[in-house]
Amino acid sequence: MAMAALRREGRRFATVISSQPITALRSSLVCEEQAPLGVRSISTQVVRNRMKSVKNIQKITKAMKMVAASKLRAIQVRAENSRGLWQPFTALLGDIPSVDVKKNVIVTISSDKGLCGGINSTSVKISKALRKINSGPEQETKYAILGEKAKAQLVRDSKKDIEVIITELQKNPLNYTQVSVLADDILKNVEYDALRIVFNKFQSVVSFLPTVSTVLSPEIVEREAESGGRLGDLDLYEIEGGETKSEVLQNLAEFQFSCVLFNAVLENACSEQGARMSAMDSSSRNAGDMLDRLTLTYNRTRQASITTELIEIISGASALEG
Amino acid sequence: MFRRASSLLARSLFSARTRSFSADLPAAPSTDDAFVAAWKKMIPNIDPPKTPLSFMSPRPATPSSIPSKLTVNFVLPYASELSAKEVDMVIIPATTGQMGVLPGHVATIAELKPGVLSVHEGNDTKKYFVSSGFTFIHGNSYADIIAVEAVPVEQIDASQVQKGLAEFTQKLNSASTDLEKAEAQIGIDVHSALNAAITG
Repeated sequence: MAMAALRREGRRFATVISSQPITALRSSLVCEEQAPLGVRSISTQVVRNRMKSVKNIQKITKAMKMVAASKLRAIQVRAENSRGLWQPFTALLGDIPSVDVKKNVIVTISSDKGLCGGINSTSVKISKALRKINSGPEQETKYAILGEKAKAQLVRDSKKDIEVIITELQKNPLNYTQVSVLADDILKNVEYDALRIVFNKFQSVVSFLPTVSTVLSPEIVEREAESGGRLGDLDLYEIEGGETKSEVLQNLAEFQFSCVLFNAVLENACSEQGARMSAMDSSSRNAGDMLDRLTLTYNRTRQASITTELIEIISGASALEG
Repeated sequence: MFRRASSLLARSLFSARTRSFSADLPAAPSTDDAFVAAWKKMIPNIDPPKTPLSFMSPRPATPSSIPSKLTVNFVLPYASELSAKEVDMVIIPATTGQMGVLPGHVATIAELKPGVLSVHEGNDTKKYFVSSGFTFIHGNSYADIIAVEAVPVEQIDASQVQKGLAEFTQKLNSASTDLEKAEAQIGIDVHSALNAAITG
């Protein structure tokens, strides 16, 4: 107790002599939160610093939201326009995700950049699940990955199964030529019986539907068509052009893959921007809430110190009077 | 006054529902049940993903009589030029030659070559130049035309075509490798088809 009183006196004394160097020393060496015992005025410096950083974060997230919103508008039109592209193929060849084939290739589509909610982990989860379903003694499943984020997640546990990795997809605006080159690249590097394309289909700014499109290889299409079943109708079609039926089916399968991939890439890019927009919206709202709380604390603390000082003065005065 | 409103509403709802059931739509399932079942068994904690079928409006079954119109879907990567449009006839540039498609055409899968696609609707004829693609003609008088690129014929610039033709002819003459030759040949094919489209 005596020590504390002494220290307090000493500090007061020192402040009177040279207030400048002491405060400079204090602010550089001693953290404000551990204000020396007995200092009556409460420091608001920490809160003020915190408020400043929160405000900066809010500015950044707001800017990111604006950027995502403007990108979304451009890409949403293109994604919606490309929706017609895959429908004829599905009408002709159907869609058989349950097809039982030996060589499965899962094409996982993700984004290159983060801060876009859960869309990348959703596609990774769905891809892993698909692999689990299609894993048997006779079967093998490989991955072809588009985008940095799915790569980071899938490299960890299934590095040896990854055949193709393509990143920096969205450096240039997506167009069909670019995507068909990618599709060609994937088809050259993998052997497949069924390609399963995993992507997030854009529904609205806040909702994305994880989707799996299945593209079968020409041999499997023929096998399924001959065995009847879901593709049995295909035998009713006359095939024009090309030398043989299998040649046309080969062209058809490759064309189907490029078209489906084109739509999938656009849908996923659209979902990414939508997810980023809503994520950034909620984080700027969070920053605003935090700022409100901090402002309240700051004002309350300041008011408390003013009140304390007033009480001191008044009680001192009344002591003198009494 | 509104006493009968609810019953009227209910009736209209009910009739709408019965109509949609009674129409002999194909029993095309919107999901693959075997897949969903396998998914639920193996991965019970995640919902099964959607499949493209669930986003498609179902196509009608083959009617017993031939319909009077052909329903055409003409799609490009960046647009749907025609979406379920009913027309009288389309002429498509298949690799085996020009092919006229009328309602009731036999189900066909055809590859396209560069050429003119014309859509006939009454007295109107709309002509497009398509680069390449596929056409599926279904038994139910639906025709799906998928092209990589298409432009209305009247938008083609004749001078550019001549220029391109000359350029690729020169390229073919100077080509040394097979790949270069093939590329130049494709260029010549496309440009001469374009030329034929404008003049013819």
